[in-house]
Amino acid sequence: MADVFEDNVELEEDTQKGRYLTFLIGKETYGIEIRFVTEIIGIQAITEIPELPEYIKGIINLRGKIIPVMDIRLRFKKEPREYNDRTCVIVVDISDVSIGLIVDSVAEVLAISDEDVVEPPQMNKGFNNRYIKNIGKAGNDVKLLLDCEKLLTEDELTSLGEAM
Amino acid sequence: MAVYSNEPILDMFVFETSQLIEQLEQIIISSDKSACYDREAINEIFRIMHTIKGSSAMMNFDNISKLTHTVEDLFNYLRNEKPFSMDCSKLSDIVLESVDFMKAEMQKIENGNIPDRDSSLLTDKITRFLEDLKLEYNSAAAMRDTESMDQEAEICGINSTGGNSPFPGRAFKAVIRFTEGCEMESVRAYALIHRLKDVAVEISHIPERLADNDKGDAAIRSDGFKVWFKTDLSYEELHDYLSKTIFLSDMELMECSDNKDAVYTAAGPEGLNTVNENRAASSHNNIISVNIVKLDKLMDLVGELVISEAMVTQNPDLAGMPLSNFKKAARQHRKIINELQDIAMSIRMVPLSSTFQRLNRIVRDMSKKLNKDVELKIIGEETEVDKNIIEHISDPLMHLIRNSIDHGIESADDRMAKGKPESGTVILEAKNAGGDVLITVSDDGAGLDKDKILDKARRNGLINRPESELLDKDIYSCVFLPGFSTKDEATEFSGRGVGMDVVMKNICVVGGDVSIDSMPGQGTAITMKIPLTLAIMDGMTIRVGKAKFTIPITSIRESFKAKQNDLIKDPDNNEMIMIRGECYPILRLHEMYRVKTDITDIPDGITVMVESDGKAFCIFADELIGQQQVVVKALPEYIKKMKKVKGVEGCTLLGDGSISLILDVAGFQN
Repeated sequence: MADVFEDNVELEEDTQKGRYLTFLIGKETYGIEIRFVTEIIGIQAITEIPELPEYIKGIINLRGKIIPVMDIRLRFKKEPREYNDRTCVIVVDISDVSIGLIVDSVAEVLAISDEDVVEPPQMNKGFNNRYIKNIGKAGNDVKLLLDCEKLLTEDELTSLGEAM
Repeated sequence: MAVYSNEPILDMFVFETSQLIEQLEQIIISSDKSACYDREAINEIFRIMHTIKGSSAMMNFDNISKLTHTVEDLFNYLRNEKPFSMDCSKLSDIVLESVDFMKAEMQKIENGNIPDRDSSLLTDKITRFLEDLKLEYNSAAAMRDTESMDQEAEICGINSTGGNSPFPGRAFKAVIRFTEGCEMESVRAYALIHRLKDVAVEISHIPERLADNDKGDAAIRSDGFKVWFKTDLSYEELHDYLSKTIFLSDMELMECSDNKDAVYTAAGPEGLNTVNENRAASSHNNIISVNIVKLDKLMDLVGELVISEAMVTQNPDLAGMPLSNFKKAARQHRKIINELQDIAMSIRMVPLSSTFQRLNRIVRDMSKKLNKDVELKIIGEETEVDKNIIEHISDPLMHLIRNSIDHGIESADDRMAKGKPESGTVILEAKNAGGDVLITVSDDGAGLDKDKILDKARRNGLINRPESELLDKDIYSCVFLPGFSTKDEATEFSGRGVGMDVVMKNICVVGGDVSIDSMPGQGTAITMKIPLTLAIMDGMTIRVGKAKFTIPITSIRESFKAKQNDLIKDPDNNEMIMIRGECYPILRLHEMYRVKTDITDIPDGITVMVESDGKAFCIFADELIGQQQVVVKALPEYIKKMKKVKGVEGCTLLGDGSISLILDVAGFQN
């Protein structure tokens, strides 16, 4: 019985492998591995929590579950933008932490095979790619594939900024 | 030893066995108290041992099954030889030792380890005890016992109703064979009988003693397992029912023409046992155990339902429509939802009785070891509190009881000298007081030694106020400080100064409070005030700008519109307000949390006076929204890890689905 169970798990992982949910921040298209994604919801009333970094917009009520929401725009230090009806919250589950990511809009689910995924260029310090794990190619487009774990960990730069 | 990797079965085993062990402990303690074991208690213990033996053998936990087998033998002897005088407290000691052994092993199993402690020492001890008993009470009786075991292979059955049952069913005989090599045939046969009890009565079977594993297994293997019984089911239904037996290889089922012939009668002790089992089974049916995660989920869903109900009935699309019928239906709807909510809350409430009863054991053990005669009186054990809270109070209670017996109650000689009754009394009392439950542990012992505590506190540098200002209560509450003990030497039970600290910490975790009162020479009473439930709180919701906050009602003194001429500003721009001749600082929520709001003049908004630890101050907000019961939810882990937000202890969902932050008044003060 245990064997059957394992097979199932493998099968499930297989269908999710190499698939990415892509979304837009400004002009760039980002991708996030589909296995992290729980659901996508429209923007809703956010309750602000005082004394938190700017990119944590607050908490929302997701069917009785209270989850924090993070504005990806602000997390990437881009200009804030008014939310509209294209704005979406992608609910992700990263190592058992549920969090909503606010993005400009959601594009599509895309299969990118392993050979089309390359390491980001290692440039000098001016190039900031802390959150980008890989770069995926789909046709002529380039998708920036996010490193989800890094999104959640407090990095030295923000804590420095807070200290000042 | 192969341990089953089959998780659900293991879980079930652990759960059931732990419950049985607890039940067992209670029986022993109550029997021990009433001086001796009566027939019912002996039967009950035998039954429990038998069940644990069967299931632990099924799970391959040899040491447990061996131990229970020996205890079972002992009680089998007691049961057959019936009432004679014996050393009851020695018997209790032995059985309690077995209980402790099983508890330790269950703990190992729960932690995913293999229960591997050798039980042979204990089993030897029990066997010796049994031998002694046998020797002591004439060997003839003992002979009869061993002989009767052999004779039991002969046909003998059970007829619980004496053969003239009003039950109109038909009699059947079934011969069942299990798959070769499936092992433990007798346990499987036992399971089958158990299943049959649901549909049939007057069950008898060969081999009759399923308890006797080896013999039974062999007999079933060679001759098959023969069962006689009466049932209402038709032949086909019955055939289907029995075919579902696990490891069934072959079955013969036939209807007996004459009931009298089919059912052999013998009114033996085993027969009584079956009756008892039936009765016990029916009383247990009223309670089911549910995974707590499911209950939490249910609570969440009910909360959702309340919100969605508000969303439907107060939907803006309905505005301006003639709604009288709709309103009527909606009112009914809301009533049902409210009832559902109450029920969902009450499911989590558990009576304190099992927690209290467990303490009997500690009192017994300690009074024996310390040679003090102590009686535990339990009052109000039916009081119910939330399951989560129960987990937090069992440790503190244990420490308090230990302290009372070790420190409080004097030795018998001292008590006599003081003119008190020789045996000490510890009273454990629980009662409801509004939204709280008060649990008091009081003893009629020596009381706290004020001078000794003061002396110790002075030496440890714990006193930072002039001693003349200290009230008795302040001095007594020193004992709650970590590492504080007036005993010079630590004993097995207490004296390390950890106990009271544990009490304080555990009770604080659930939002409760501990207070202590003592009269020298009269005794000590320690009262724990704990909330009924962690999940629900009475709160006042206030609005600041668009944000909503909830203040626990318990910390609000009053709320009012402030008058301009009561307001004072000191040179540092700290605002204060004068109320009935006293000055209180004002805290502007909108400034503190940087919330945008139009109301910044204090007379325009509302001022809420709150209090914690005896200190009061005022919170300024835009307006009061209202008082309601709220379900307290923790902030998401991610946010808690990032920063401890000052003055916010959690959040809650309001009726309209929006989130309100719950303010922690004590958190503002530092």
